[in-house]
Amino acid sequence: MALLQISEPGLSAAPHQHRLAVGIDLGTTNSLVATVRNGISVVLNDEVGSALLPSVVRYLEDGSVQVGITAQAQQSVDPQNTIVSVKRFMGRGLKDVGEVIDLPYRFVDSPGMVQLRTVVGVKSPVEISAEILKVLRDRAERSLGGELVGAVITVPAYFDDAQRQATKDAAKLAGLNVLRLLNEPTAAAIAYGLDNASEGVYAVYDLGGGTFDISILRLSKGVFEVLATNGDSALGGDDFDQRIYCWILEKAGLSQLDAKDTRLLLTHSRAAKEQLTDHVQTQITAVLSGGELVDVTLTRDDFYAMTQNLLTRTLQATRRALRDAKLSVEEVKGVVMVGGSTRMPQVQRAVAELFNQTPLTNLDPDKVVALGAAIQANVLAGNRSADDWLLLDVIPLSLGIETMGGLSEKVIPRNSTIPSARAQEFTTFKDGQTAMSIHVVQGERELVSDCRSLAKFELRGIPAMVAGSARIRVTFQVDADGLLSVTAREMHSGVESAVTVKPSYGLSEGEITRMLQDGNQHARDDMQARALREQQTEATQLLEAVDNALQLDGEALLDAQAQARIRNSMEAVRSVLSGSDHLAIKRAVEALNQATVIFAQARMDRSVSTALKGHNLSELE
Amino acid sequence: MDVERASRSNGFFLMKSLDFGNAETRFVFDESRFQQDFFQLFEMPSRFAIDIPALDQRYRDLQSQVHPDKFSHLSESEQRLSMQWSTRINEGYQTLRSPLARGRYLLSLQGVDTQEETNTAMPLDFLMQQMEWREALQDAIEAKDIDALDGLSDKNKKETKILQHQLGMQLDESHDHLAAAGSVRKLRFLEKLAEEISSAYDELDS
Repeated sequence: MALLQISEPGLSAAPHQHRLAVGIDLGTTNSLVATVRNGISVVLNDEVGSALLPSVVRYLEDGSVQVGITAQAQQSVDPQNTIVSVKRFMGRGLKDVGEVIDLPYRFVDSPGMVQLRTVVGVKSPVEISAEILKVLRDRAERSLGGELVGAVITVPAYFDDAQRQATKDAAKLAGLNVLRLLNEPTAAAIAYGLDNASEGVYAVYDLGGGTFDISILRLSKGVFEVLATNGDSALGGDDFDQRIYCWILEKAGLSQLDAKDTRLLLTHSRAAKEQLTDHVQTQITAVLSGGELVDVTLTRDDFYAMTQNLLTRTLQATRRALRDAKLSVEEVKGVVMVGGSTRMPQVQRAVAELFNQTPLTNLDPDKVVALGAAIQANVLAGNRSADDWLLLDVIPLSLGIETMGGLSEKVIPRNSTIPSARAQEFTTFKDGQTAMSIHVVQGERELVSDCRSLAKFELRGIPAMVAGSARIRVTFQVDADGLLSVTAREMHSGVESAVTVKPSYGLSEGEITRMLQDGNQHARDDMQARALREQQTEATQLLEAVDNALQLDGEALLDAQAQARIRNSMEAVRSVLSGSDHLAIKRAVEALNQATVIFAQARMDRSVSTALKGHNLSELE
Repeated sequence: MDVERASRSNGFFLMKSLDFGNAETRFVFDESRFQQDFFQLFEMPSRFAIDIPALDQRYRDLQSQVHPDKFSHLSESEQRLSMQWSTRINEGYQTLRSPLARGRYLLSLQGVDTQEETNTAMPLDFLMQQMEWREALQDAIEAKDIDALDGLSDKNKKETKILQHQLGMQLDESHDHLAAAGSVRKLRFLEKLAEEISSAYDELDS
């Protein structure tokens, strides 16, 4: 509802107590959970004192699931049921997943996102990621001694909408309340910036296990403003391992390995890469399942040569981000290194050369993202903080719509500060046309076929008119998580028909709910009273606000039927308000919220500017 | 406790204390401000010449009040409201921060349509220069000549500055809306060229 009372930031309606919140770095290789304790951000360790949870999930025949070290230990023994680097598959179709041939999985192509066949059936990357998140959630709840209010989950800044949505779905599936999806380099900047009280322009170079981000930020008086971001969501330490793996195959004259040997040699490749951080050469020795001995020596120089173009790609993205930020290298005050892969000496040297300065590495590159996410989670959960800061982030890739000739018309350009909204008007193509289809894409390329397809939906019920006289307003809204929703509305003669599309690549809302219920959900009676109060407060507030809004704009924006619908929903809320069933109130409030969505949108819409008018869509019929 | 009202200076919220049993302070969005134009919203004089540092500061102050991060622990409807306000302020800031967008916006407030998509009648000398520059851009790309690209980029920036100055005079001094709309159309050409130069750099760098 677009006009209602609002609490003073920081003053919540709930009882004032420290609310348990965590930051989670869901990494390609390792995942971590951190929290703010006594004003200090700390990473939470497991029972044996280790902070890093290997992002490895193994499904066993008896239905049990292993996550972390135990799963990792079995990856060469049971490679098809032991999923490593699942983050690379989040929100990705089979054709997006490069180098499939060298991965020991049984992929199942499915619309939107690839799935994997395991001993217990087909699993989606969302479900697999949720297993990792569940372990971290348990770790946090045990360590903090209570239920979490919510979590900030970090994502690579260059993740597109599909990848972000998949991450959020995974968190929901793990029973986490997502306070925010936070970009990894931005999280790192918080950890660094607040520590060092820095001012000026900083670059965050984040090379993880499977993703690369570069973000350019301006820090000033408690404001973290992302000026530009660039990257590659399929470039990371794994690719360096792959290069070594291919080199071993060539060197040892091997071809067509089975899944176990593939995993074995990939594991050795990674170990060799890590060895070369401190040594000029390393020996790789392994015995394959057929008894063949692999015994090769890899020098640092050879390793650098075979991975040079990976490094070059990161530097190109870095220069692009600087150009987008309209800044030169000299204007960058500091460079922060994030991600385990920045430990490679050639990476540090290349970044130092580009920026003419030694990069900052004083915070552990494996932990800095989780530490920053925890700091943000603490504030988002409503805990008061001594310093007050503001985070202004951007979307990494342009959002557009398909127009005539399969071209992408950009509606929201990349590096727009979020939240962001933009409306575009289109018209009908043929006389009497009553429906049109809208295709939403993300990416910088001109051709729709080169961009990522996010959603296709149909707007029906357009009144039959002469071609070109209908006015269809398509509104893109990107929220603070960087997630898009699209609304289309026919504006002519007050006839309204709105569709809201949330692209969903992993699981539908219903599927998530069902999966959650399938799990062990224990009743929490002590929470009931508080829940009731919260619901009553919100309901009272909402009623008052809707009432005000109807008085102000009801007549102008809604027909009698729509007004009556809203009034009925209000009556429904009033009838349960004094009862003790908080779920009934919640349902009634949600229904009222639903009933007022279009009204709120209409009030909001008056103010969203229209970029261009009178476009034809190619797919109009 | 009785309902009391106080308004916070320069703020978005009208304060109101309501009794819900545990005496909370709650705030209400000042509805009328959502419909204000961007200059009113940012409390800047409605003219082309603008105090950029003051605009930057005002933007940060406003976002500090309404940004979704300040509301994420509150109800869904409050979060939605905050998103709408924050979106509006981002849009206003981008509009006022860019000289081209600011000029276009000032004209639209006067009811003048800049006709950037429809009016292609341009002075001949301007068109000739544009064609020449576009050819130079193609040549630079083909020859992978970064220096030539730098030179073209400098020329384009210089011309942009001159046109922005003109636009300012037309809007703030002579109040010649027709001429100002013409300058906006020219600036749009230069902006497109700047975008093409930027992608040319990307191309040569890969």
